[in-house]
Amino acid sequence: MSETVIKTNKLTKRFGDFVAVDEITFEVHKGEIFGFLGANGAGKTTAMRMLCGLSTPTSGEATVAGYDVFKQPEEIKKNIGYMSQKFSLYEDLTVKENIEFYGGIYGLTNKEIKEKSTELIDKLGLHNEAKKLVSSLPLGWKQKLSFSVAIVHQPKIVFLDEPTGGVDPYMRRQFWDLIYEGADKGITIFVTTHYLDEAEYCNRVSIMVDGKIEALDSPAGLRKTYEATTIDEVFYKLARKAKRSE
Amino acid sequence: MDAITLNNVTKTYNKKTVLAVDNISFSVSKGEIFGLIGPDGAGKSTIFRMLTTLLLPDSGKATVGGLDVVKDFKAIRGIVGYMPGRFSLYQDLTVEENLTFFATVFNTSIEENYNLIKDIYVQIEPFKDRRAGKLSGGMKQKLALCCALIHKPEVLFLDEPTTGVDVVSRKEFWDMLKRLKAQGITILVSTSYMDEATLCDRIGLILNGKMLSIASPEDTINAYPEKLYAVKADSIYHLLLDLRAYEGTINCYTFGEYLHLSITSNEAEVRKYLQDKGHENVEFKAITPTVEDCFIGLLKHQDERNSNKNE
Repeated sequence: MSETVIKTNKLTKRFGDFVAVDEITFEVHKGEIFGFLGANGAGKTTAMRMLCGLSTPTSGEATVAGYDVFKQPEEIKKNIGYMSQKFSLYEDLTVKENIEFYGGIYGLTNKEIKEKSTELIDKLGLHNEAKKLVSSLPLGWKQKLSFSVAIVHQPKIVFLDEPTGGVDPYMRRQFWDLIYEGADKGITIFVTTHYLDEAEYCNRVSIMVDGKIEALDSPAGLRKTYEATTIDEVFYKLARKAKRSE
Repeated sequence: MDAITLNNVTKTYNKKTVLAVDNISFSVSKGEIFGLIGPDGAGKSTIFRMLTTLLLPDSGKATVGGLDVVKDFKAIRGIVGYMPGRFSLYQDLTVEENLTFFATVFNTSIEENYNLIKDIYVQIEPFKDRRAGKLSGGMKQKLALCCALIHKPEVLFLDEPTTGVDVVSRKEFWDMLKRLKAQGITILVSTSYMDEATLCDRIGLILNGKMLSIASPEDTINAYPEKLYAVKADSIYHLLLDLRAYEGTINCYTFGEYLHLSITSNEAEVRKYLQDKGHENVEFKAITPTVEDCFIGLLKHQDERNSNKNE
């Protein structure tokens, strides 16, 4: 059995009377691509915020990269990467400055930062753009850069919150090539998406409905259990039952 | 009569240094759902903003509902509904206040056109006293559509209305668009979901400010130039790497649980290659392309042309 990178037990978050995340229990293993699906308002973002050490759970237990979400949130932050569709890079810094900034934040030495920026700019083919402001890059490029920046410190795990929202099908593939490559190197990928073809690229997928994890299995396993030909259908069968309206 | 026409429309930014829309011409018939698809930065939003009279074209002519976007801009504003890519309702007003505001601006009332928005509004009505800024993504989307519809527009402009929206809500949204179409409303919509592109009457593929093709989804698919296969094996990532390295491969990319592959060699040769590479449980079948395959093929082609140019 490979190393467990995320482990939760009845993890719960309440806001007043509202139970945003309701006793979720699951494990994610090292190097796994784990798809975290759910309808808008199902509780994905709240769950993710707890796992990233940004929000203290109401009850339950969870460890991420070996650290406790209640007692060691700062340690968690140092050992994970995070990117979202909404925010990841500073628009008014250049490509190079963003890499340097995040390298510094994640505690890389100056020498490491220099090596990493050359490596990343080479790999992403951004030579002509290195000194341009990030705001001038097309969305697909930004997302590839921000994923690369999120793993610049070689974290055990990276959390991706709708990383490909609004990205065209061609660029989405290029983005997933980077994800595959990261996972192949042993980085655990925790990803949310509304493009359900992307769910198929995950090793395992969980589907949240009204704050609970309703299903968790490999894509093939889910299709079999729910007698569906695609994950779209599985999702549809589960999410349609949701009572909570966002 | 065409509800929307563009004739050689061009738009530049930054003192003509950035060409956003490059001599584009197309038209949309009354009651048609026309989909604009293309990567970020292709010029889609600029087209929306010119047609809704928020930006002036540098050259060319465009009409909406038979009215000129430059001369008749005021009249056009009365007959179009627009949902911009970014949420642009008043965050500090409640759901109901936003809707009342937009109705009042257009000299109408919620009651007058309630039948048009009823199907969506009932879903957000329980939250009518909540401030718009406090709504979740899916709810904001529904409210924005209600506000765009409240004056019963002839033409509806929807700029990526479903980005970040889950599959159940997206389906509801498109059911709604079909009902609006049935009432004669013309819809120009952009999307990055190719399943939605398939639901349009016609789709225009746009790249670097140019229109690459305009056709119905069926004709787009029929024009796909190569034979396409779906392939899978136990280790899908290594299958992908090996197939990309194979000399007879034109294109190979992930597609749900399979890889999609177009080749210059024949099927038997590829099978043998994969066997030699040690792949197990190989499944290999010829398939009909989807709109997504067509789009990927066009973009890859364009990408290669650009990189050849740079070399």
